[in-house]
Amino acid sequence: MKDKIFRIVLFAAALVILLLAAGIIYALVSRSVEAFGEYGIWGFVTNAEWDPRSATEEYGALSFVVGTLYTAFLALLFCVPFAMAVALFNGEYFKGSRVSSFVSSIVDLLAGIPSIVYGLWGFYTVRPIIIEMGVNAQGFGIFLSSVVLAIMIIPYASSLSTEFLSMVPNKLKEGAYSLGATRLEVVQHISLPTAASGVVAAFILALGRALGETMAVTMLIGNTNRIPQGLRDTGNTMASVIANQFGEADGLKLSALIAIGLLLFIITALINLVAKMVMKKLARV
Amino acid sequence: MSRNKTTYMGWRKGKDKTAFVLVCLFSLIAMFPLFFILWDVVSKGYKNFNLRLFTEVTPSSMDAMLARMNGESIPGGILNGITGTILIVGMAILFSVFLGLFIGIYLADNRGKKLAAVVSYLTDLLQGMPSIVIGIIAYAWIVKPLGGYSALAGSVALTIMMLPMIVRSTEETLKMLPPAYKEAGLALGSSYTNVVFRILIPSGFGGIFTGILLAVSRVMGETAPLMLTALGAAVVNWKVMQPTSAIPLLIWDFYNDPNLVDLIWSSSLLLLIVIFLLNWIAKIVARKWKV
Repeated sequence: MKDKIFRIVLFAAALVILLLAAGIIYALVSRSVEAFGEYGIWGFVTNAEWDPRSATEEYGALSFVVGTLYTAFLALLFCVPFAMAVALFNGEYFKGSRVSSFVSSIVDLLAGIPSIVYGLWGFYTVRPIIIEMGVNAQGFGIFLSSVVLAIMIIPYASSLSTEFLSMVPNKLKEGAYSLGATRLEVVQHISLPTAASGVVAAFILALGRALGETMAVTMLIGNTNRIPQGLRDTGNTMASVIANQFGEADGLKLSALIAIGLLLFIITALINLVAKMVMKKLARV
Repeated sequence: MSRNKTTYMGWRKGKDKTAFVLVCLFSLIAMFPLFFILWDVVSKGYKNFNLRLFTEVTPSSMDAMLARMNGESIPGGILNGITGTILIVGMAILFSVFLGLFIGIYLADNRGKKLAAVVSYLTDLLQGMPSIVIGIIAYAWIVKPLGGYSALAGSVALTIMMLPMIVRSTEETLKMLPPAYKEAGLALGSSYTNVVFRILIPSGFGGIFTGILLAVSRVMGETAPLMLTALGAAVVNWKVMQPTSAIPLLIWDFYNDPNLVDLIWSSSLLLLIVIFLLNWIAKIVARKWKV
């Protein structure tokens, strides 16, 4: 009898996740209907105009979609050499050693630092360096946000990649060594190809993190509501425009912001799905 | 011919050495930011890291400006943020721990079932959700229907963030336990409930507890979802249905108010100390109660 009740409790707990997911989708969709109804879904997504003045009110998401993709992919590009190096350091060259556990715990601590502290650090320490480099006069913008984002996602990309690299069977590597391969050749021709889909999935998940980052980007990107024209330009991401303008929004503007939230949710969900599919491919090998 | 061979060997060895040096170099560079950030926060934050930080609420912008003009240190602390963080995170722990534990047990024990696969997939989806979107959801669920910003709405947002982490760590831990544990308990005539509470959870305690600690440390510094839900308050508030502040929310306020800027670094220092302490305890627990 007690067992039966307990099993029902467990089953009900599992159902809560279904309810949560349904509630999340309902909340986002039902509150973005107003904006989508006004402009049409496609019209909303492809309109770069964001003008909250009540006389000429007009809302479109394109500037923020571009800003989000721009910063996130740039951050991914910046983080690859470092995350890859850390992954090889911990999963191949110094696998299982004391120095590797030191390096990995240092890098993991990076993941523990709150977004807002990254924002402060970016503003007070990195921004002056960016200005010094002559990227732009104020320092704010795509470049500054991408650099800080890249640092934020290194631990996500490296820890999962490390895991997959260290799963490569020793036998394969030993075979190559016995044929006279150097360490680099083993990495190039054995370790990386074997762990490839896991490593790719790790970087896709890191990209997902970068897409959704809010506070640090809000503090560093410059918050201008138009399509960024290049590295030196300022802009806004989907997350940062929500963080910046949600507090004072109501009516159509609020609905437009929630619609942007829904788009962001869909994009990150798709990214996670792709990462999962890539990883599944690994499981089959 | 033989000279060619040695130069080729040299080229391969050189390339190998270069790659090794590059890996070490880039790994070293990847560790720098942590030290830079810590140095920044500690060197700028220790000045205002005093008793006042813990015993007084945030000063008004006006008082802070007057104190600055007179060359005094800033007249106040972040007591309202500390109590708010305790209230909001505390409630989130209450909501998420048991629920997460039960879902984790369900997933570990029902592998291969359709519902388990769906729940597992949705857990991943929740885990990858941006925190600002979770803020919107708590806003739509709690703030809008109940007509006001509240600590409760903040806790609901943090609960949605913590839940998937706790589910995953519980599930992973229980899956690592040898099946013999469970079978032995059942064979001795113990009920399933007893097996779970007397055998599985105690033997997996280390992993489960570590997961909870890490989840708490992750949501501790969350700012974005709280901006949309708890909003912030200048006074100490313990009422669940009232707007409430939190340490990260105060950091955001200080960042936007030039008069209060002196408090930014000491609040960040406190936040980092708490987060790193939680991470450190988690590491010790994981090592001590290794599955």
